[in-house]
Amino acid sequence: MYNKKIIQHFTNPKFFGKIKNPDAVGNAGNPRCGDLLTLYLKVDNPPANKTKKITDIRFQTLGCASAIAASDMICELAKGKTLDKALKISFKDVSKSLGVLPPLKIHCAQLVTEALRDAIGKYKKLSG
Amino acid sequence: MKQGAKIYLDYAATTPIDKKVLKAMAPYFSEKYGNPTSIHSWGQEAQTAIDKAREQVAKFLNCKSSEIVFTGSASESDNFAIRGLLKALKRCKRAGEKIHIITSQIEHKAVLETCYDLEKENVKITYLPVGNDGIINLDDLKAEIIPETDLVSIMYVNNETGAIQPIQKIGRLLEEINKNKEHRIFFHTDAVQAANWLNCDVVEKLGVDLFTLSGHKIYGPKGIGVLYIRQGTPISSMITGGDQEWGLRAGTGNVAAIAGLGFALEQIKIQDTRYKIQTEKLRDKLVKGVLTKVSESQLNGPEKPKERAPHIANFSFRGVEGESLVISLDQEGIGASTGSACTSRALLPSHVLMAMGLSELQAHSSLRVSLGKYTTTREIDYFLKVLWTVVERLRKISGR
Repeated sequence: MYNKKIIQHFTNPKFFGKIKNPDAVGNAGNPRCGDLLTLYLKVDNPPANKTKKITDIRFQTLGCASAIAASDMICELAKGKTLDKALKISFKDVSKSLGVLPPLKIHCAQLVTEALRDAIGKYKKLSG
Repeated sequence: MKQGAKIYLDYAATTPIDKKVLKAMAPYFSEKYGNPTSIHSWGQEAQTAIDKAREQVAKFLNCKSSEIVFTGSASESDNFAIRGLLKALKRCKRAGEKIHIITSQIEHKAVLETCYDLEKENVKITYLPVGNDGIINLDDLKAEIIPETDLVSIMYVNNETGAIQPIQKIGRLLEEINKNKEHRIFFHTDAVQAANWLNCDVVEKLGVDLFTLSGHKIYGPKGIGVLYIRQGTPISSMITGGDQEWGLRAGTGNVAAIAGLGFALEQIKIQDTRYKIQTEKLRDKLVKGVLTKVSESQLNGPEKPKERAPHIANFSFRGVEGESLVISLDQEGIGASTGSACTSRALLPSHVLMAMGLSELQAHSSLRVSLGKYTTTREIDYFLKVLWTVVERLRKISGR
């Protein structure tokens, strides 16, 4: 049902856990589909002429194997990116990076991008 | 347990074919390959095998062999029971006369989705609720019976929780009601998960008109099912094209599978009661082990062991999702499932657990463990050890 890459990210996720004093927290999912996820972001504080980057990112996900793998993947994709570039990560990018999710599980990729956008959105709102 | 050992704890999904059953099937592939409807000796040889199996089934159910129809699966049997009965009833109904079916919210999809489908054809369906224990209430059933009621279809043992439904009591209740009713209420039960354990005397004990069995849940082959049809029950064929199975189910008989199913049922009949007691003991050990070893875990289904089939235990674990639990267990060599095998790929929480009043998260966090005749104490010990590790790992990832 799942390819090796998905299984690998599910079995040994690198980015799971919490960040103490995160700069932003994003949520997605609902109990009905059984997936609940939270993303924690740390954003750097560069000089005014430079763009802000995601320096650290972590996830906590209650969900199926592909939801956990997709959470790990979006962290991998977003880490080190500027906020604007991270916003452009699409669910297709996540799915592709995992060697394509099964059709029934594509919503997992949508869910993780939703959580990332939620976190970045909240950060932008807070930091004005 | 040896490194790399595989432990199968999903006997409710399917069972391996017993070696003796396989032996009984073996001649009917390339040795005795005749078409049972052929009149020559090849055909007769095959027909003899089918006749013998029909006798074995009849003996198991304590009915006549002329009341047995072989089908391609239990799902087909369920479909046939409901649709076939309705088709026949419709023919003798007056125009505008309503058809009413009572079933439950926890049926197998083979019954539920058949009912959903029939609703589109203006059949009135009532889906009985269940209590927190996953068992229907007889008074609820009584209250739903109306003059138009034609059929009650309730499963014998729920496939997700193992909850035993009061089939015998329903049979008696309907018998009483039928005495004073203008037309009869027929009674169907899907007994797929009950056959290994519970009384299947359809006439004397249960009082059912239609009764579904499956081959592959009883150490027999896949692709074979049985429908018992009590003599005099109106039923129309759903598969036409030949006069096999009393003209009720066209198609060349699956001789090897039929022989295997008959033999498998005979094995149950002669089976030692110690086997049931032993499985119950293992199940109790499993339940106790899970609830004491894994914090914030719960058993779903009836609390009283007497109200559960011996082979199924269903649990929920806080902060863990069922599918990732099943995959993690599989990586450790353990085969278990979320809910039923048929819904484990679906995204919605189990309809059975939701009907029992569990929250969506609790239903999504469920694991069904089912035991069989090859399950050992050591396997349960190993399972408990692995389960704890896996649940802890997933809880760390979920943070919930």
